Parts: sequence; structure tokens; C-alpha cells
Amino acid sequence: MPVDSSLVGRSFPPTPPYDVTAGKVREFNLATGGDGEAVPPTFPIVLSFDALFAFLAAEQIDLFRIVHGEQRFAYERSIEVGDTLTATLTVSSLRQIGGADIIGTTSEITDPSGALVCTAKATVIHSGAAS
Amino acid sequence: MSTLTAGDVLEPRTFTITRADLVRYAGASGDFNPIHWSDRVATGVGLPGVIAHGMYTLALVARAVEAWAGEGNLVEFGCKFTKPVAVPDDDRGVDLVVAAAVARVEDGRATLKLEVTCGEEKVLGLPTAVVRV
Repeated sequence: MPVDSSLVGRSFPPTPPYDVTAGKVREFNLATGGDGEAVPPTFPIVLSFDALFAFLAAEQIDLFRIVHGEQRFAYERSIEVGDTLTATLTVSSLRQIGGADIIGTTSEITDPSGALVCTAKATVIHSGAAS
Repeated sequence: MSTLTAGDVLEPRTFTITRADLVRYAGASGDFNPIHWSDRVATGVGLPGVIAHGMYTLALVARAVEAWAGEGNLVEFGCKFTKPVAVPDDDRGVDLVVAAAVARVEDGRATLKLEVTCGEEKVLGLPTAVVRV
């Protein structure tokens, strides 16, 4: 079943506040070939995918039918251990190509003051069931 | 601070990706999509088998970029995931090669022209990295 086209422009509730801890950053670094303490450039995907997975669940879209088509980050500042962040996802585009839904999303990652830390744009491809 | 100059060709970096790496990345990132650990599910949705998380591939590209440009200097970063990186269920895994040249430097920012390949095939489309210099 195609994804509801009225979703375009809709924003979803912010994700629960996420504490960036030294342990989590170390784990992420070790899992991506690093050994440092600094927050690496793709770490915001943890926030962005929190928002994306909540959106997919809300729309009853099966995760296993999703592949990641495109990802873009624009950084306003570095993320530091000790930051508390939330992500707010907006559906920015939707089109159907050959039975697949191409879903464009923009997640704004903000700190408790509301200041923008990073914009993460994810495009995912949803392949509908064969029936 | 990095000393990138337009026209520089940067030393390519190679990363080996195994199934164990994908399991570890799933845990660290929270992305448990079964197409990254189950051949049954992956082939059921038309993939060649288990594929690497696009964001795992991009995380390795970020390692290369930070090795060339220094940590914490990225301003913009991203790509299209145009070809899946299939990761075989063996001890060898697959090699990802990240090559780059400095396309231009202006206003304190360098734009890298990246090429990311797996078995001679480009796996990322329009990979973009803009770094402070």
C-alpha cells in the first residue's frame, strides 16, 4: 500500500531528550573504526533514526521494507559529550516510482535552548508488499 | 589545522567490512533493520543478501575525511546510497576504498571530490564533504 501523500509537510513530535554520554560515543567510535573520545560526524544519525523509526512505526511501515537512499548532514556546531538533544522530523517530499515510495525527511536536531545543532536529511525507499 | 590545497590528491584509505562489523554497528547505532543481518529477510525484499548499513559505509568515509582534514571540521557531509554493499557470510568480508581529491578551497572551506568503491564499483552517488580549513 502506498504511503499516504498527505504526509508531506507534516512534522512529528520531537524525540525524547537524548543524553550524549562518553560511553555511547566510545561505543559508536569503536563500531566505526575509531578509538577517540570526540563525537564523530555521523553520530547525529542516532537522533535522526530515532525520529525516523518513530515516524515509520506511526505510519505502520515495516522497517525491513526500507532501504536508505540518501543522507545529508549540515552541521551548525560540533556535538559534545554532555549535550542533550532532540530530533524533530518533517516529511519533506514523497513520490512513487515503480511501486516504491521515495520518502524525503528532514530532522532538525536541537539543544534544550532550541538552538539548531545539525540538520539531517534522510531519504528512504519503501518497497511495498508484492500483493 | 589541515593544509588542503585545491588539486591535492589524498592518500586513499581502505576499510574491510565483515558481518561482525555490521552486528556491532547495529548495536551501537540502534539500526536493527534485519536486511543488515538476515540473508532470509534481505533476499526476500530483493537484495543480493545482507548489505551494509548505508550509515556504516558513510561512517567509514567520515573516518577517511577526518584523517585528511582533521577532526571536527566537517560543515556539510552526505551522499546517495546508489549501490548496496553486499557483505558475504565469510571471514574475509569486503573492502571499501575511499579516494578523494580537493576540488576547491574558498572562504576557508575545502570541498572534497570523493569516490567510494567496492570491488571497482562506485557505491555512493554525489558524495559531498565540505570541511573548514
